[in-house]
Amino acid sequence: MASVSIDSIRKNYGPTSVLRGVSLSIADGEFLTLLGPSGCGKSTLLRILAGLEVQDAGSVSIGERAVDGLRPKRRDVAMVFQSYALYPHMTVASNMTLPLRMRRLSAFQRLPLLGRLLPGTARIAAEIDVEVTRTAKSLGIGHLLARKPGQLSGGQRQRVAVGRAMVRHPAVFLMDEPLSNLDAKLRVQMRAEIKELHQRLGVTFVYVTHDQAEAMTLSDCVAVMLDGELLQVAPPQDIYADPDDRRVAEFIGSPKINMLDGVVRERDLIDVAGSTLTIEADALAGAHLTLGIRPEAFHLVDHGGQGALTGSVRMIEHMGSDLFVHLDLAGVDHPLIARLLAERAPHIAPGQTLHVGVRPDRVLLFARNGRRLRREVETGRASVRPIREIAR
Amino acid sequence: MSLTTSANRLSPPAAILRHAVLLVAGALILVPFVWMVSLSIKPPGEIFRASFSFWPAQFYGVENYTKALTQAPLPRYMGNGLIVCALILALQVLVCAPCAYALAKLRFPGRDLLFGMVLIGLLLPHQVLSLPLFILGYQLGILNTYAALVFPYVVSPFGIFLFRQFFKTVPDDLVHAARLDGLSEIAIVWKIMVPMALPAVIAFSIFSVVSHWNDLFWPLIAVRDQSLMPPPLGIMAFKNEEAGNDYGPLMAASTLVVLPLVIAFLAAQKWFVEGITGGAVKQ
Repeated sequence: MASVSIDSIRKNYGPTSVLRGVSLSIADGEFLTLLGPSGCGKSTLLRILAGLEVQDAGSVSIGERAVDGLRPKRRDVAMVFQSYALYPHMTVASNMTLPLRMRRLSAFQRLPLLGRLLPGTARIAAEIDVEVTRTAKSLGIGHLLARKPGQLSGGQRQRVAVGRAMVRHPAVFLMDEPLSNLDAKLRVQMRAEIKELHQRLGVTFVYVTHDQAEAMTLSDCVAVMLDGELLQVAPPQDIYADPDDRRVAEFIGSPKINMLDGVVRERDLIDVAGSTLTIEADALAGAHLTLGIRPEAFHLVDHGGQGALTGSVRMIEHMGSDLFVHLDLAGVDHPLIARLLAERAPHIAPGQTLHVGVRPDRVLLFARNGRRLRREVETGRASVRPIREIAR
Repeated sequence: MSLTTSANRLSPPAAILRHAVLLVAGALILVPFVWMVSLSIKPPGEIFRASFSFWPAQFYGVENYTKALTQAPLPRYMGNGLIVCALILALQVLVCAPCAYALAKLRFPGRDLLFGMVLIGLLLPHQVLSLPLFILGYQLGILNTYAALVFPYVVSPFGIFLFRQFFKTVPDDLVHAARLDGLSEIAIVWKIMVPMALPAVIAFSIFSVVSHWNDLFWPLIAVRDQSLMPPPLGIMAFKNEEAGNDYGPLMAASTLVVLPLVIAFLAAQKWFVEGITGGAVKQ
């Protein structure tokens, strides 16, 4: 078990800069997810952690020990790859025993025929077999040990890959999109199993994914990455409800968060899409802001006017308990999506004019540069700068 | 499946033409072999007869083959061939696999230049190098030994090239996983890469064994001692001195020399074809 600390890591591939000074600290036993779209540098960061790639600048420590010059095998980390990376010519049992044989047997003891005759080899090999069998049973692959990876299904290969990483009892588990090659149903099942595994082992996990559902369900902490930079590191509920950056708000949540341009009229009145909302903005009159409103922050109201938005219904998506209503607002080029309870909104038809109210405390304000504007009363965080300055 | 076969099926005249061409080409290659086998079982009188028949009027095989095996030390020649081919192959794989791994999977300055030099090595005919190699052998004092027959072939550009192409198709993740599992780079070559490239290794083995079993040019230069001669050189000695114009035993000896190769090829045919085409398309 170990904490991990990453300090201003930089990495370039030729002229393209893949990581631009990433710093991150992961507590002992924490499940941290690196979340971001493909090509954002999250896999590269994981490979640098594992020692498979070398950073151009910055340092990595695992459990208080700087590991920058160390080879992958000396770092005490295990990795599960997206492609599983099982050795196709070896049985499941050999795949799983190999990391233990490499660690516990000397080079002479590993010699094909002669090694067995050396003292101690048989005893160590038997211990390894016992451990591998126990791990395989705990993952439900005990009956597959004699097979080769080619004869296994995707889910079984996934388990073997996890098993091969597990037998070594590494200090840190690294997972590089381990579920992306599975079908949707199996993915949900394996997600639960990985979560359970983390709780059982209590080891530090670093998990890379582009799937926000995986990140939100699995993690203690999510680190959102974009273009080689960390935008925010926070627990999943904060990433969703309290994003630091417009890009984080837009990346997380499905359907996507609604972004509306607004102008501050007075201290707590904002003009937006032909209406006026009562939101305490603490910004100068005339300042331009962007309002981020999650689809579920809307509710139906009977009348338009202050505090409500009015638009015509373009399309309705029935999701069972909820409706996603797409509304065309005056002066807004993309439709607003509101998530309404189906039972409260039974008679909506396309073309109809609809009034939706907004809960002011659910509106996220962003400055034009994308940075979040927090109301001082709301968070009380010392780091929040006066909005007056930023919003101008 | 049925769609592709019907699409590939030719019209009858084209199919006949294609098969005719294939049959003629096959016959051209096979006829000398058939002739050799046929001559090896005929008595001297029948060999120079104007008319040709495959089966001899009088079966003389036993006499010819006995002569071939007893008159000249043919078993000794074949034993030499076996030793030399096995040594060459073992050393070639030992050298080529790590080289190919470095060229395929490691990043270091000058890698592409080195690979370019391997390709140039592939273009050079071996005969061009025979004089420098002879001098080198002389300086090392290994002429007229097994080592002289083996050393020019230990580094095979063809082997490096073939293995490198095959290793390239092995996903990088597998190499990464092996490094995390604690394998050294050399262990990755022997435990992961070579077993996965087994079809390529077998294909290369056949190429290597066939060409060195049949090689006449270099042994002619490198050894003079009859006890060191590989089969083709042995047959030449055989023809000049003992057998003279006695073609029956000569052909019997030739048949015996070719036989191990034919058997080896038939046994490894499946692997051979897979290894040659396997690198071309990623499964």
